[in-house]
Amino acid sequence: MFGAGGGTSSYREAEETNLIILWGSNARETHPIFFHHVLRGVRNGARLVAVDPRRTSSAEWADVWLGIDVGSDIALANAMAREIIHAGLADKEFIARATTGYEEFERCVEAYTLERAEAETGVPAAAISEVALDYARAERGMICWTLGITEHHNAVDNVLALINLALLTGKVGRYGCGLNPLRGQNNVQGGGDMGAIPARLPGFQDLEDPAIHEKFARAWSGADFPSKKGWHLSEMFEAMDRGDLRSVYIVGENPARSEADQTRAVRLLSGLDHLVVQDIFLTQTAELAHVVLPAAAGWAESEGTVTNSERRVQRVRRALEPPPGARDDIDIIGELAQRLGCGWGRPTAEQVWDECRRLSPMHAGMAYRRLDELGGLQWPCPDESHPGTQFLHARLWKEPAEGAPAPFHAVEHDPPVDRLTEEFPIRLTTGRRLDSFNTGVQSGGYTSPLRKGEALLISPEDGKRIDVEDGEAVRASSRRGSVEVRVRYERSLRPGLAFMTLHFPDQVSTNVLTIDATDPKSGTAEFKASAIRIDKLTRVPAT
Amino acid sequence: MAEPVFVGLPRKLVGVTIDGRDIEMTEGSTILDACRQLEVDTPTLCQLDTLTPINVCRVCVVELEGSRVLVPACSRKVEAGMKIATDSDRVRHSRRLVLELLASSVDMSLCSPRVHGWMARYGATPARFGSEVATVAQPVKVDNDLYVRDYSRCILCYKCVEACGVDAQNTFAIGVAGRGFDAHISTEFDVGLPDSACVYCGNCIGVCPTGALMFKSEHDMRAAGTWDESRQSVTETVCPYCGVGCMLELHVQDNTIVKVTSPLDNSVTAGHLCVKGRFGFEFVQRRRS
Repeated sequence: MFGAGGGTSSYREAEETNLIILWGSNARETHPIFFHHVLRGVRNGARLVAVDPRRTSSAEWADVWLGIDVGSDIALANAMAREIIHAGLADKEFIARATTGYEEFERCVEAYTLERAEAETGVPAAAISEVALDYARAERGMICWTLGITEHHNAVDNVLALINLALLTGKVGRYGCGLNPLRGQNNVQGGGDMGAIPARLPGFQDLEDPAIHEKFARAWSGADFPSKKGWHLSEMFEAMDRGDLRSVYIVGENPARSEADQTRAVRLLSGLDHLVVQDIFLTQTAELAHVVLPAAAGWAESEGTVTNSERRVQRVRRALEPPPGARDDIDIIGELAQRLGCGWGRPTAEQVWDECRRLSPMHAGMAYRRLDELGGLQWPCPDESHPGTQFLHARLWKEPAEGAPAPFHAVEHDPPVDRLTEEFPIRLTTGRRLDSFNTGVQSGGYTSPLRKGEALLISPEDGKRIDVEDGEAVRASSRRGSVEVRVRYERSLRPGLAFMTLHFPDQVSTNVLTIDATDPKSGTAEFKASAIRIDKLTRVPAT
Repeated sequence: MAEPVFVGLPRKLVGVTIDGRDIEMTEGSTILDACRQLEVDTPTLCQLDTLTPINVCRVCVVELEGSRVLVPACSRKVEAGMKIATDSDRVRHSRRLVLELLASSVDMSLCSPRVHGWMARYGATPARFGSEVATVAQPVKVDNDLYVRDYSRCILCYKCVEACGVDAQNTFAIGVAGRGFDAHISTEFDVGLPDSACVYCGNCIGVCPTGALMFKSEHDMRAAGTWDESRQSVTETVCPYCGVGCMLELHVQDNTIVKVTSPLDNSVTAGHLCVKGRFGFEFVQRRRS
């Protein structure tokens, strides 16, 4: 946010805030221990608002549940902004001192009347107004989101719409306020921190900035490395499709199951000249590889660090000997470098980290010794006397405000790409369940008493309307493909909405149905919004 | 330049005397906090720093000058001028009797060595009530693959109820049912865990002081005679699942994870985990078979 790629707040702040909006996040199941902090906040008197098409187990804890239609988040956020402005609750002083672009933003949201928002989102106008005014009036207020915001074709615009609300009401850069993307994997944040994104070097430093590029080139003995940003995952698949990308090295990811429009993903991976997969398992992706490099498990069989959703860098440590033949990621990369003619030696994880600390100012103060003693440190932490940063952007409240002002972005509602029609009338959204994780590679290893296998969850009303029983096997079809799956009635779903997970790809390939319409800026696919139809198995499928 | 850090409101200091020694504590501290500061070892069973004091075990009682009854150190807040005795005859007698009553009816053999140390210190001899005393002995409840419930080891300290309830998990799968000696930890209508509201976070195991709640892996190894804590290492690392970053303590014996806990003082977890963090580790081990 405003140049810092991480959530602004600490978990503890959720315990001491006045209002928490969980927007497109079922944290009760997907981030259960963060939700403990939220619950402490609720016990301390905070109001909780859940914005989610499903009445999730998180929403059950909320004072207000806004059950929006999938993909109408911007219409909701813009209408909330308009309500706040019209009620005279915009923080004009903060807007003047710390932001840019307000006039254009105000003009943009003026078109989002409550009536229009009710029509676009399905949320009653009075509820939109109530939440907007509550948020604006709260002394402290936080917005937290997950993939309900980011797995859309306009993911970045969705995030910008939420940022606008915080800027409008001065709810960032203060204790108990903030904007927090809850990260889905244990080192998603750390991957970004370390520059494993197309345009950045470690510490979110701009790859295309000549001074930064030179700093790294000097540190790396004059190494010649790209000075233009690379491709993100979706662009890589496009490049494979064009034939521009012929060799791929995949570390710890299972795109043959996790990508939207799985049929296409498998076809493209299978057509490569050379595919190398480094993983702790022989995943479905590894089965397609020419070379498989067996790796040690990063969290239990090797040393290193990960970063969590409150920007806390924490140590992972070796508790187990890896299986025979499986090697530490650092060893494998070092060995590869050796074979490619670069003598990087055999650095320890700590030596690699210390190099990062020399090059990335925000990590400079995070010596292993301090991480061990303090249970991790939150970036930025510029030197070894720095306690780490509890919340970001306090600079915006300095007199005068320091650094670049935070920009408003006028963003417009743009419904999901996969349109609902008579042929495909049901909105399928995907997500996680409490006891499982992504494609099930890890969570499939233990026996959970909660696990019932994959099913297509639909509302009982839809079940009766299309004449399928609870538990009946059906054919679910989208414009891309179809799967056989059992139906389960789910009362938390409204008519017209269906839900599946990706946890059991061996039972049901949910991603055969999903659409790979991707956000041009983030490269994230619109997993949250497919249009499907449901047919009884006795009938001939429509596709 | 350091960013501002919220440290809470300032609190005033309160002077108390414990066993003749003066100490100043911040307002809102408990007598137990003061005892710990003075390194006065105080027995506790139902108390845990991460849970709301519930005052049921009465083993931490101390004598407060001017008070008719003994007071629980774990919950009684310090007040200016309090004079407290932690090792008077009355306190020793009360603590001994509490430990004897519990240990005569409950199997406390898996309690921590500290508990056995308190038994010795106070001369607790549970056998003095004879062999005909009522006990809570009953078969172990094994109704799922993740954890077992052995209520013949349950001292009804309520910690599991609190961790399942408002103090952490807020799932409310268990409560105390029955009255008097029949009081027991129960799911709704005493149904098995798979039919209850339980979400298998195992936070009840994390707070259980007697081994009544136990990983099934530990239960099975103990039954097979292979559980050996002297051969176990404990390594702190971070959970491999979502991005909350819960700190795990992996208990490893013979290169196998046999139990997972989290440190009580960890700012992310306060010792609590979810089902994936607590039980979802098997995938790293299956690669060895």
